[in-house]
Amino acid sequence: MSSPMTPGLAAARLPAEQLAENFDDLHAPFAPHEAAVASDRCYFCHDAPCVTACPTDIDIPLFIRQISTGTAEAAAKTIFDQNILGGMCARVCPTEDLCEQACVRELAEGKPVEIGRLQRYATDTLMAKQSHPYTRAPQTGKTVAVVGAGPAGLSCAHRLAMYGHDVTIYDAEAKPGGLNEFGIAAYKATDDFAAREVNWLLGIGGIAIKTGVRLGTELTLEALTDHHDAVFLGVGLGGVNALRSDGEDKDGVRDAVGFIKDLRQASDLTALPVGRDVVVIGGGMTAVDAAVQSKLLGAQNVTIAYRRGRDAMSASAYEQDLAASKGVRLMFNAQPVAIHGNGSAHEIELEYTADDGTGLKGTGETIRLRADQVFKAIGQTLTTDGGLALDARKIAVTGAGRTSRGGIWAGGDCASGGDDLTVTAVAEGRDAAMDIHDVLMG
Amino acid sequence: MADLTTEFLGIKSPNPFWLASAPPTDKEYNVRRAFEAGWGGVVWKTLGSEGPPVVNVNGPRYGAIYGADRRLLGLNNIELITDRPLEVNLEEITRVKADYPDRAIIVSIMVPCEEQAWKDILPRVAATGADGIELNFGCPHGMSERGMGAAVGQVPEYIEMVTRWCKQYYDKPVIVKLTPNITDVRKPAAAAMRGGADAVSLINTINSITSVNLDTMSPEPSIDGKGSHGGYCGPAVKPIAMSMVSEIARNPETHGLPISGIGGITTWRDAAEFISLGAGNVQVCTAAMTYGFKIVQEMISGLSQWMDEKGYTSVEEVVGRAVPNVTDWKYLNLNYVAKAKINQDDCIKCGRCFAACEDTSHQAIAMSEDRTFTVIDEECVACNLCVDVCPVENCITLEKMTPGEVDPRTGKVVEKEYANWTTHPNNPGAVAAE
Repeated sequence: MSSPMTPGLAAARLPAEQLAENFDDLHAPFAPHEAAVASDRCYFCHDAPCVTACPTDIDIPLFIRQISTGTAEAAAKTIFDQNILGGMCARVCPTEDLCEQACVRELAEGKPVEIGRLQRYATDTLMAKQSHPYTRAPQTGKTVAVVGAGPAGLSCAHRLAMYGHDVTIYDAEAKPGGLNEFGIAAYKATDDFAAREVNWLLGIGGIAIKTGVRLGTELTLEALTDHHDAVFLGVGLGGVNALRSDGEDKDGVRDAVGFIKDLRQASDLTALPVGRDVVVIGGGMTAVDAAVQSKLLGAQNVTIAYRRGRDAMSASAYEQDLAASKGVRLMFNAQPVAIHGNGSAHEIELEYTADDGTGLKGTGETIRLRADQVFKAIGQTLTTDGGLALDARKIAVTGAGRTSRGGIWAGGDCASGGDDLTVTAVAEGRDAAMDIHDVLMG
Repeated sequence: MADLTTEFLGIKSPNPFWLASAPPTDKEYNVRRAFEAGWGGVVWKTLGSEGPPVVNVNGPRYGAIYGADRRLLGLNNIELITDRPLEVNLEEITRVKADYPDRAIIVSIMVPCEEQAWKDILPRVAATGADGIELNFGCPHGMSERGMGAAVGQVPEYIEMVTRWCKQYYDKPVIVKLTPNITDVRKPAAAAMRGGADAVSLINTINSITSVNLDTMSPEPSIDGKGSHGGYCGPAVKPIAMSMVSEIARNPETHGLPISGIGGITTWRDAAEFISLGAGNVQVCTAAMTYGFKIVQEMISGLSQWMDEKGYTSVEEVVGRAVPNVTDWKYLNLNYVAKAKINQDDCIKCGRCFAACEDTSHQAIAMSEDRTFTVIDEECVACNLCVDVCPVENCITLEKMTPGEVDPRTGKVVEKEYANWTTHPNNPGAVAAE
């Protein structure tokens, strides 16, 4: 067995029991008493700021009150009415930037009502109890193609199925779920939650899933529009930005999303290799997820190197603190120049940066860090646009996800506007479904 | 989702949740908002006779009692009946009823105890198209000093007399709202029934002073250094109200008289409890005044979920289900023996159960050096105090002893048969068991 000190890439740096503990739920689920105490703190605000802050407009005060009166199932219904992936969102939403930041008790005391955990309590309760809480309207005879089985596509498909349309979801991967299945840190969605949630969601009926088909290769927009009454694109951002640094091709240098995907799909974490000295390039959630999980796998030294200052980092303060608490070093104003090593990465050379008001520039001063593994987490890109108009390198949409071509809608990370969050994707998928329904039935 | 449609005195409403006669139902603007929020009906705030309306104080009208985290547990008020002209109220009621035919609108009335006063106002109320009237015999402050409100509700003969007038001059349902500021609520309820009332509603508010300002020595709410008792309501009064409702429901003289339950109803569960004790529907005020009209959504979803879980398909099926289980003390089974049990896995070792039992009860809990708390069965009378003071729900439970076991406290075998005080040997008036 190896140890955190073993040089190079190595699997089994920590014993299996330690790995299991490390990758357990980041936040343990509430016990009933904890949920009762937490829900009692909600003031049932009028026109509540937390609801305004929620991209899916969940009636938060109502669902919390329903928990407090012993009807967590009714609370879950309140959540799912707005957000059918409320279970996953309860786990992965950056609540510290959304509902909990807006909570009046955050303002008053710095201690918001724990909305995310309460949402998980409610949704877990219902999902454990019932097969599926919604029924379909009579079938309309219309069919809709949804491309991408991630949060946007699933949300869109569910709402369309509820309206009575028949939906086929196409996905390039072998499994549905999108980033919920392949991209979220493992400790945020334990016990195969993403897959269980998809199965539960499909309980509505009327949704078929075809996996292993990719837009641009096996699928064309033309064929989809020919065979369906409407098309929704929720294809996400499949491409990864390159570092454009010397030595990027060396062994040990890879995309963070690929690493996270391998980790999420690993049946045995002790078989997953990780470096002793890991450097993650980037400043977003993906960077944090890759860095924290490297540390949890047993890497000795993990550094996030971000080219701008802390304030510009898109990972929330909460995520930064999480990384720091796990022993990840956060390095600011440092950009990669080169990766050195004989075949495999051995060191990374970073240049300090500064912004003198005319944009970020390298200062010329460099520093070298030991790095046998380098993860690139500097953003993802759209891989295929299907000939649709773009806006800032994403599919341009107006209103509820309408693209430049009639009959085609888009939502989630691949579409312009909105934050690239699970909850935003869910909202966009849902709203597009409502618009599609109006157009089809108009 | 269970159908919550309720028919009370033949008046249909989409759910059993009505807003009680109070500030929330004082005018068209509020009532329309309430109906949009989902309330099944309203009892319009009490109307008085034609003429210059009453005036209210221009200082604070409400006082409050708080629980932990400033949760409002009790509210009292010194507001009088509507201070808007009769004609304005009648016009508004007519308009709202026309726009919301599926919701119940009951008009609360309080005029002097003179036949002519009632004869004058009733046809005008009837002309609004409202579904019924509620006689305000309960308001305990201000109006009672003028011989109305609780002053009527405290004299059964007056209740009967006025109710009879109303049945004579008005042909839709008449509900009599009772004051709790009496010694035996069965008497005014029976009087209402004799007068021909279609239903009673209770409780109105309780005489109260919520607090005293110890700097100014004025009771609160304080008007220029003086206070007057107000009417107490909110979650704190619920136990009192439920007892009164159950007394009327199980009293042979008034059994079957429809009841509209009022008193601290805040959640679906409160409502279900009132309904189980005999209320055909419920009226709510303080919860709406604390949280806004939207609070009804939780009541609707919760009651519906509970009914689904229990297999009840209508509110009607629930009405009065607990009434047969409300009995006199003397009929309680004295052969039912239980012992407290502390679940050590759930215990957080606070010691509150020990303090309560050791200092104030039966010294039936032992405490070890390492703060393990255990029940001493030889001393435990199953009083439930430890359960009540334990901060962890279900950590301490009362476990029923099986007949045939020996109660270590009394040394006697637990009997299987039911036996009560009426046949107990210690009872001087005991009837020998046959």
